[in-house]
Formats: sequence, structure tokens, C-alpha cells
Amino acid sequence: MALQDTMLKQLSEAAGVSGAEDEVRQLIYDTIKDHVTDLRVDTMGNLLAVKKGTGKSSLKVMVAAHMDEVGFMVTGVDGEGLIKFASVGGIDPRILPALRVHVGKDRTPGVITWKPIHLSYKEKDVKKTDSFRIDIGADNKGAAEGKAQLGDRITFASETIALTDNIVRGKAFDDRAGCAELIELVKGDPFPFDLLVAFTVQEEIGLRGAKVAAQALNPDVAIVLETTAAHEVPQDEDEPDITTVTKLGHGPVITYMDKASIAHPGLRKAFVRVAGQLGIPHQFRSPQYAGGTDAGAIQTSMAGVATITISLPCRYLHSPYLILDLNDFQNAVKLVRATLMQLSPSDLER
Amino acid sequence: MDLKEHLKTLTELTGPQGHEEAVRHYLREQWAAYVDEFEVDGFGSLISIKRGTGPEPRKKIMLCAHMDEIGMLVADIRNGYLRLSDIWGIDERILLGKLVLIHTRGGTLKGLVASVPPHISNAKGGTDAYPDWEELWVDLGLPAEEVAAKVRIGDIVTMDAPAIELMGDKVAGKAMDDRACVAAVTACLDYLKSRKHEWDVYAVASAQEETGLFGAAAAAYKVQPHLAIALDVAFAQQPGVNGDEYPKHGGAPVIGIGPNLHDGLNKGLQDTAKQLEMSMFTETYTGATGTDAWSIQVSREGIPTALLGVPVRNMHTPIETVLIKDIDRVGRLMAEFIVGLTDEFMDKIAWKPADADKGDKKNGADK
Repeated sequence: MALQDTMLKQLSEAAGVSGAEDEVRQLIYDTIKDHVTDLRVDTMGNLLAVKKGTGKSSLKVMVAAHMDEVGFMVTGVDGEGLIKFASVGGIDPRILPALRVHVGKDRTPGVITWKPIHLSYKEKDVKKTDSFRIDIGADNKGAAEGKAQLGDRITFASETIALTDNIVRGKAFDDRAGCAELIELVKGDPFPFDLLVAFTVQEEIGLRGAKVAAQALNPDVAIVLETTAAHEVPQDEDEPDITTVTKLGHGPVITYMDKASIAHPGLRKAFVRVAGQLGIPHQFRSPQYAGGTDAGAIQTSMAGVATITISLPCRYLHSPYLILDLNDFQNAVKLVRATLMQLSPSDLER
Repeated sequence: MDLKEHLKTLTELTGPQGHEEAVRHYLREQWAAYVDEFEVDGFGSLISIKRGTGPEPRKKIMLCAHMDEIGMLVADIRNGYLRLSDIWGIDERILLGKLVLIHTRGGTLKGLVASVPPHISNAKGGTDAYPDWEELWVDLGLPAEEVAAKVRIGDIVTMDAPAIELMGDKVAGKAMDDRACVAAVTACLDYLKSRKHEWDVYAVASAQEETGLFGAAAAAYKVQPHLAIALDVAFAQQPGVNGDEYPKHGGAPVIGIGPNLHDGLNKGLQDTAKQLEMSMFTETYTGATGTDAWSIQVSREGIPTALLGVPVRNMHTPIETVLIKDIDRVGRLMAEFIVGLTDEFMDKIAWKPADADKGDKKNGADK
């Protein structure tokens, strides 16, 4: 599967830092509107829709992927016309020096300044995010404020490219890859039941959008399409073993547990069973080093929802450039589609 | 000439220390319209000669800006990942999550310096320290066998950093140090195109400044100029670089004073700036300037040398930022100075005993 066969390039290059997912939402809205009914945007900004099924099953199944990405927010402009900012979502301050960004709705190009090594080589401590400034070239405070209003979001200025036929590099695959998978499901064959579709907001600041999306759609079952950490750089012997984390090219990850939820055992078995039947490569991940996903919010909605996360292994989450394998993407779509086609109420019995 | 486009092209070329050929070839094409002859010396510096109109033997002025950029090498290859080593001058604290280019014998590969996701960084020593070179790995997104077949230890590595335009006619990118000054030399040649000058002009794009000022030393020895102007970037004011001793964007030309630099030549440049009603920013150097001026000054029997600069922010990063107008002003100043050079200039700046011709002394003291 090649990059141009997916929506991943357009989706990942769109700006959508938490709470300002507008570009992503518009892109998805335009893409799915002819394939769904009941398309609406709720008060938080979640994009909700129903994909009509064949009517053979009355299960209410929700599939969710979050539209937001980690990034930054403008917190002020200093007297020199340089922009102060804070992180939205978890970002390692060590990636900030000399970073290229896009500021605000105009996507004004900017650079995070860094004191020359000649004058700073003795400074070993990691600089805190609030000590950095973004230079957009503004000559004074007024010129900068014209381009950077308080609260404006700032994204990584990263282009999405294919490194090989199937390996791609870009920003925000977390979770635009999940969004792209969900779009594939929406555009494909109908399921036995009506599919409740949720492109959620504000996952990165605490799984906010998914909570109300679940309450609005009121599903029996929820599948969360996500990305999860892969980290395959060579390890030294004295380092903690992180090889229990996932690997690119080894298929979608069927989650047992992450930081915010334990997967429904029946759903987990169903996914494993279908993967086995169809010979779809898949992997499991250690709950160690996991983050939380929308599953944590959806599972605890209302009286409880049978929930599982199906993830794509992805390197360098929450950084300007992530790397993933489109073969995993293709297999994830295949696995989720096939499992949903077979899903029956008996899978949910405890 | 479109100075901004010229600069952007220049900075995007690959030319770390000792591997300047792409820059040299480009400059040879660009400068062909301005100069009469080219030479390439044993170090790889490009020496271009624009003949003056004075009677032979004509005097020579050398303009020297270095075309090399700071670069890296592949130091280790393991399971498809690369470790890097610095040739000289790279700040490893900025490398996490940045893009690099690996220049292999079969072509250029795109690399990413692996960052550590917050989800697992706690297990990897946290985020309290910048990584050392040994902790940095480059991910090419290629199978390990392919990496092993294509990449060799010692392949050169540069930052993958296309030039971007910022507001206010500023450009950010890699290798502004010192291609912004190479562009200033181009601007000077462009100004001289329609002007008459007596002296021969030797425009030198030097190699290997960022290893030890080597290219300029060899070029100066070969050219034997009567005067030299070295050009290099100056620290511009920015966060962490504050104070009156640093110029701001818009402050060019920056001129250096101190023992490495010749007061008489400086006065000539300052007088020219006055004629042009151009302000200059003066930087003081008590000893070494860390520029090509340091090696040119002591070539042969000594060469009166000046240092002109362009203010740059974020020096030695892939977002070195310059103001286009600063580059143009340095080019214009040099061109005007060269146009004004007469055969007597060397005489004027030479040391004379206290009881020498009173008239000369009076002129010399005239501020």
C-alpha cells in the first residue's frame, strides 16, 4: 500500500492541535459526507456520523479515532516581537531547540531560537519550554501580534513523505493514521449493523472528546483506532529492555491494557480469532510504556462500554516526525473490518 | 540578481568541511558572468579574478568568504541505524527529532535523528539531559540489510534543512555561516559589474574554514594579495545573546577591530561607509577572531586584513537566520571601497616614522 492510496498525507499535514481541530474536521467531513447519514458536529467539535448497515445485527458499535495532535499554543509576544508558547500535550523539551513550526491560522513559518554553541556549550541543563521563543521574523511586537494571537495554536512544520514503498515519515500520525483507517472503514462495504462513527477532539489533553462522543452515540461496543509506541533503536546491554514495545511491520497491535483501560476480554479474543483465521499479522504490546487512549474514556461512559484499542506501531510519537509502516495500516483496516463483520453479541458475554 | 533566491540556493547545497565541490561548481556558474578567470587551488577553494583597469603590475584585493558548512560523518552502523560523529561545530543538543541527509556513494538518503517518545523516555534516562553523540541514532526507515549495503562509515552527513522565508525579508536555514557572506561577495561582484576599478579583485570562496581556517591560508598564499577582506557571520542579538556588544539584524556591515585586523584598511572601509551614509557596527576582538582573517593576516609577509560580517541568529543550527538587506549592504560597501582604491592606497596605510611628511600625518589624523 502506497502513501497516495491513503488520506494520510493530507490528514497529517493538516493542523489540528487539541481544541483547534478545524482543518482536520473539514477535511474528514468533505471526505465522508457522501458515505454516511446523521453527520453532525457536537458542541466540543467531535465529528459524529452513522454508516448505515445491512440491518442483520442490532449491535451498536462505535469506532473512534482522535483528530487532535500535540503541538503548542501562543502565550504571549515579547517586546522584541518573539513569541512565547506552551506545549499542548506531552512534548519532550529536548526536541525544541532549532525546531521549525507553523504559527496560527495563517501557518506563519517560525523557528525556535537557540543560543549559538560558541556562547552556550557549557550549558548542560535541559532548557524548559517556557524559556524558548519562536522567531517569525517580526521586527517588533505589533508585527508579531498580527500573526500570533494569544491562544493561537502552533504545529510542527513537517512534510509527510514516503521513505520506501510502505514506510512513511511525517507529523501527527498520532492519530491521523487512526482517522485514515476509520475513513477506509466508512468508505467500504456496509457492516451487519449501523456503524457509529466518531472522529474525536482533545484526546491529547485527557481523552475529553471521546467521553461526550460515547455519551451521544450510546454504543454497546467501541473500537478505538490508535497509534502506539515502537522504539527499535539499538539498545545497550545496560539499558532497560524496551523491546517489549511494538515493532513496525509486525501488524496491528491488539491491546490488552494501556495506561487508561483494560480491553474487554471478549473483544480481544474476537480480534485474535479473526486475525488467526485470516492470517493477518498482528502483535500484542506490553502495558509498560503505554499511554492512555480514548478507550479509557469510552469504556467508563454511561453504564460501561465493551471497548478495545487497535493500534498501529509508530516510532517517535509526539515528535515532529513519526515513522510508520503502511502494511501495518492496511492490515489494521483489514483486521478491524473482518472482525466487525463477524462480531456477535456472544463475543461480549462475560 | 535575485539575492534572496541566490542565498537560498547556496545554503541548500551540500558542502561540509572538505566536501565543498557542489558549492564550488555552483559559484563557478554564478560568478562566470562577473569575473575574467577562475582557479581552484589544492585545498579546493575557488579563486575568481576580476581584472582591474589600472596599469600593470596591478594591485590585488582578496575577498574571502568560506563556502564550507559544519557537517557530520557516519560513525557506526547497527541494525539499520546510524551513529554520527561531528566533523566540527555541530551542537548535538539540537539534534533530537531533526532531519539529516546521508550522502552515500550511490546517492542521498533521508534520515531522522530518533527522539524518544514521552511514553518510554522515563525508562530511557528521562528528559533531564541532552543526549551525547553515542545516544543519538539516525533512522532511515530502510531495512537493515539495505542500510548496510548502501551506507559506509565515513559517509558525510548534513542537516536536511531547506531555506525558509520569514517575515521582514529574513531567511532561515542551514549554512548561512558562511554562505550569507559568500552571497555578499556575489552582491559585491554584481555591483562592480557596471563600475570601473583599478585593482584586480580576487573573490575567494574558501574551503575548510570550519576545521581550522585552512582553505583561506592556502588561498592567501597563492593569491598574494595586497589587501584582504575576510567575511564571516556575527552573532546577532537574540534570546540568550543580549547586550550592546552584539549587532541586531539590520546592523550590517559589522566590522571587526583588534590586533588581527588592520586599522588602516578599516579606516578605508569606514570612510567609504561614511560616503555612502551607511552605518556600521563595530565588534572588538582582543585576539583571535575565529575567522579566515586570522590565517590570511599572517600569510607570506603579512597581509593587511579586515573582517566584515553579517549578523546571524542561531549560529551553527539548521535555522541560522539572516536579513537579506544586511547581505546587500556588505556587498555594496565592498564594491564602493574597491572602486575607490588607487595605486597610492598601500602607501597611505603604511607605517611611517613620526618625523615623516607632516601633510600625510595631518591627513592620517583627520577624522
